[in-house]
Amino acid sequence: MRCIVCRAQAVVDIPRHRSAFCRDHFFAYFENQVRRAIRDWEMLAPGQRVLVAVSGGKDSLALWDVLLQLGYEAHGLYLDLGIGDYSRQSREACQRFAQERGAVLHVVVVQEEQGLPVPQLARANRRPTCAVCGTVKRYSFNRAARQLGYDVLATGHNLDDEAAALLGNLLHWNVDYLARQAPVLPARDGLVKRIKPLYRLGERETAAYAVLRRIDYIVDECPHAVGAKELLYKEALNLIERQSPGTKQSLLFGFLERGRSFFQAYEPPPLHPCAECGEPTTAQVCAQCRIVRRARETVAVIAPLEEAG
Amino acid sequence: MRVHVRGPRRQTLEVDGRRTVAQLLAELGLDPGTVLVIRGDELLTPDVLLGPEDEIEVRPVVSGG
Repeated sequence: MRCIVCRAQAVVDIPRHRSAFCRDHFFAYFENQVRRAIRDWEMLAPGQRVLVAVSGGKDSLALWDVLLQLGYEAHGLYLDLGIGDYSRQSREACQRFAQERGAVLHVVVVQEEQGLPVPQLARANRRPTCAVCGTVKRYSFNRAARQLGYDVLATGHNLDDEAAALLGNLLHWNVDYLARQAPVLPARDGLVKRIKPLYRLGERETAAYAVLRRIDYIVDECPHAVGAKELLYKEALNLIERQSPGTKQSLLFGFLERGRSFFQAYEPPPLHPCAECGEPTTAQVCAQCRIVRRARETVAVIAPLEEAG
Repeated sequence: MRVHVRGPRRQTLEVDGRRTVAQLLAELGLDPGTVLVIRGDELLTPDVLLGPEDEIEVRPVVSGG
């Protein structure tokens, strides 16, 4: 295959665009897609300071890298979830990345903030780890961004992530999520603005960018992700995409351009400060505080029993 | 050639003869849209012909959870 721009040997093929690029023109394509996402959705002002939530995986480190390449003052935020070797390795990947580029990395450790790591919080609440992890991440990212003084939080969600989330929301008619699903979630009532600058790029493209930029990311998945619904939705979409390239993009971009407006009548419930921690919530006490409270109660019952017997 | 498949289906295989990247992935039952095929520090497109001396990494790109 030849690069469609310069006819040199291609290194990445992109069937949905009927394109292939050499290394340099792939970087140009990748940066253009991110620039366009930022411009079309007014994500960032030129050179604006932004906090990037990084996990050590391909998407978040590719995002951090491309934002630095584009001249933004992009700082990293790593949340240590306390998931054994996976957390240790992913933290090291983020620290290596930051060190190599002289970039600022903030680290927040869930166990230090909440008393227990994510797997134990989930076990004590008898809930799936991924569900508790999602709540902990949303809460911790927003709180850290506000406490550290950032106005914008960027996440590495790509086209595949967003198409899979959209499919899940459509399959279950989650109208509240459909009303909010967008590459930008504006700031409101204590929630910082959240942006997804990679939403125009597939995850094979973010992985290719990471490899070509020699980013040493964590290839292995979180051990708790096995069997996650999102992976099932991705598998279904990939099956269709293989027969009909462009389906994922058409689903997501079509929704953003033509479908989303049908759900805008849905008014999100008002937010107010949590009675316990002050973070924004729709309930009296936020989901995070309820998880931590229940975990403490469970540990208080179980620990003496374990000591006794 | 020696093929290292990473991710949940982690394995190392010895494969005889020449074939393209697309043919190799078809034999392994892998969707080309869900993996990268890497030789040294090069990324390979589906039409690239692989030889007996090649050392290949097949790296999954699908993440989630």
